[in-house]
Amino acid sequence: MSEIEKYIAPTKLAEAVKVLSGGGVTIVAGGTDLTPQINEGKRRYEATLMNIQRVQELKGISLEEGEIRIGCLATVSEIWHNDIIAECAPILCDTANCFASDQIRNAATIGGNICNASPAGDMIIPLLVLGASVELARWKEGKMEIRREPLNHFFKAPGKTIRLDNELLTAVVFDKPSVDFVGQFRKSGPRPALEISTVTVGIGGDYNDGKFENVRVAFGAVGPTPLRAAATEQALEGKTLNDDVIQAAVVAAWQDARPIDDIRATTWYRNHLIGIFTEELLNNVCQN
Amino acid sequence: MSVKTELEFILNGRPVNIEVPVHMTVLALLRESLDLKGTKYACGEGECGACTIEVDGTTINSCLMMAVDLQGREVMTIEGLGKGNALHPMQQAFVDHGAVQCGFCMPGMIIQANNLVKKNPDLSREEMKRGLEGNVCRCTGYTKVLDAVASVVGLKI
Repeated sequence: MSEIEKYIAPTKLAEAVKVLSGGGVTIVAGGTDLTPQINEGKRRYEATLMNIQRVQELKGISLEEGEIRIGCLATVSEIWHNDIIAECAPILCDTANCFASDQIRNAATIGGNICNASPAGDMIIPLLVLGASVELARWKEGKMEIRREPLNHFFKAPGKTIRLDNELLTAVVFDKPSVDFVGQFRKSGPRPALEISTVTVGIGGDYNDGKFENVRVAFGAVGPTPLRAAATEQALEGKTLNDDVIQAAVVAAWQDARPIDDIRATTWYRNHLIGIFTEELLNNVCQN
Repeated sequence: MSVKTELEFILNGRPVNIEVPVHMTVLALLRESLDLKGTKYACGEGECGACTIEVDGTTINSCLMMAVDLQGREVMTIEGLGKGNALHPMQQAFVDHGAVQCGFCMPGMIIQANNLVKKNPDLSREEMKRGLEGNVCRCTGYTKVLDAVASVVGLKI
């Protein structure tokens, strides 16, 4: 473990962002990913440890002018039990229901789950289905500057994102889904609790009179990053869902997924699951 | 050695004021600095729940949380559950139902079970199973644990 020379726990966002501009900062929030990574030697502390948990501006979930905003410090438990989310984006609650354990959900933050950039990061999948963007704040020329990036452009590789070292992911935002929106999530692992996903699938879109539009499909743990499934989306967009369309979507899903063999599952098994889950979720959409 | 920082919080109803290395986990603070050995270290990565404590009424894995994050907060460990030498009803239920074998998982299991019943006094057996997913016992099955928790559901605790 390397030496931490300075500890800082800012209460204002501008202060936190200013600290980051100096470089050499480890950010800690819930600690659920950071602590094991440090213990296993996968990460080292930078010279400054910054605890962002006291920055009120980074907390809370709101709905304003048709946009839902989840502060980066919102925990998975808070998202699960939030009225706005339950009403407008229940796919996030369905995912939270499969996320780790009660104790971890109570500590793990949405910002941490996104920035950890695991290909199997569970909460990322429904956010991709919702068409979410992230806000990144940095200190520039004496003031705070915020940029917005679509979440599907955020991930570069396992653990790697486009976030710069001097940027803080402050919130995730998405438009309130339409009344016709149907979102479905499915996760696989050998047991329901505390499982790093073998495969996750999320499918969402506006379903009206048998027709599926504005379709978004996202896969987790079948590529180096969580991904949007472009071919599957194309196979579904604007179509009336029936057995033929669903089978075409399954074939497209096998093109989109690029799974690897690893300790958790083989390529063959992951492809098998992607097909089954895609079919299952589309059948669920039809029944909605 | 990392820098240290001053920390003030409430532990089992009493104020604590202590200087801690900034990289220390809550579990290390409890066990090593404050000599409260009831909270157990087992997996060290949030998988087993043996280190479960309550912070501001919510349960967390103390092996993952940074001690510095306790500033101004209220903590309850297994040592704070009963009154003096009297067992808390949840502890007594675990004894009465023979839910304890080696006992290593019990402090975390009891803190988590108690928190579940506090939040939902009408907890169903299915909800108990889901709520205790993050607490692993390697001695036995969980039937007696669930029986113990079920016996407390409906009681005022």
